[in-house]
Amino acid sequence: MSFFRSFTFASLLMAGTGLLFPAASFAGDHHGSRGDDDDRVPPVTDPLTRQECGACHMPFPAALMPAASWQAVMGDLSNHFGEDASLPPAKVTAITDYLTRNAGRGSLSTGAPLTRISEQGWWVREHRNEVSPRQWEQVGSKANCKACHKGAEQGDFER
Amino acid sequence: MRSLLIVGGLAAALVTGTAAWAAGPRDDILAALAAQAKAEQPAFTGFDAARGKTFFQSAHSGGKPDTPSCTTCHGMDPRQPGQTRAGKSIEPMAVSQQPTRFTDQEKIDKWFERNCSSVLGRACTAVEKGDFITYLSQQ
Repeated sequence: MSFFRSFTFASLLMAGTGLLFPAASFAGDHHGSRGDDDDRVPPVTDPLTRQECGACHMPFPAALMPAASWQAVMGDLSNHFGEDASLPPAKVTAITDYLTRNAGRGSLSTGAPLTRISEQGWWVREHRNEVSPRQWEQVGSKANCKACHKGAEQGDFER
Repeated sequence: MRSLLIVGGLAAALVTGTAAWAAGPRDDILAALAAQAKAEQPAFTGFDAARGKTFFQSAHSGGKPDTPSCTTCHGMDPRQPGQTRAGKSIEPMAVSQQPTRFTDQEKIDKWFERNCSSVLGRACTAVEKGDFITYLSQQ
């Protein structure tokens, strides 16, 4: 009987977790096309990258920044936009490898790489005059893509 | 009477459910921390939930300016979900809400290492870790 109760309790918990995290069932192999002026990008498919980056924020698609930007971000995880996001060296290497292999095309600027997605030229252009200060206040953080782009985690930024 | 039975049954399920997968590892983790605490501070006599609560809720100095407290992301009520600065929801820290909390040594080490650095600008002591886990285990 106690086994049955434990089992029921565990099942309830699991069902609850499933409801809280519908994204867990996301089929990670969907790739959007990469045409010109296309607002779809391949979502993060690497399980380690999804898990570690996704612990604190939506796992941002690699194509949103050039390789040099990802290298700069991954090279300073203990100062990660105001927090310490350190990882063991082997994980840093594996994630950096995934992100740089799938990175977007970089600009030819010679200065230090821009480490925020929201600093990239395309991002600034796409959001200019699109979002009011009051809306930004509701979004909270520019890292919170999903506040407006409901399909962001699947790489869909068309809406 | 029937509702009493249902409530009793749920309580029993909760107790057996929790005991089945959580209490063991957490007790072992706390015992190891207590041994470390004793080594760090010979006057150590045991972990204290009230001290843990103060630690959890206080604004600290020495860390990164955007994260002065555990509550910056976890919120003042550990039975409620928190939110990262990037807007992602964090499961409640209270063991009553999330029975698997503090049962995975690797996960505990990872987050204390990062978050003590972010909030305090240094590693947490064994006493601080043990007080923190003791407080949240009773929430």
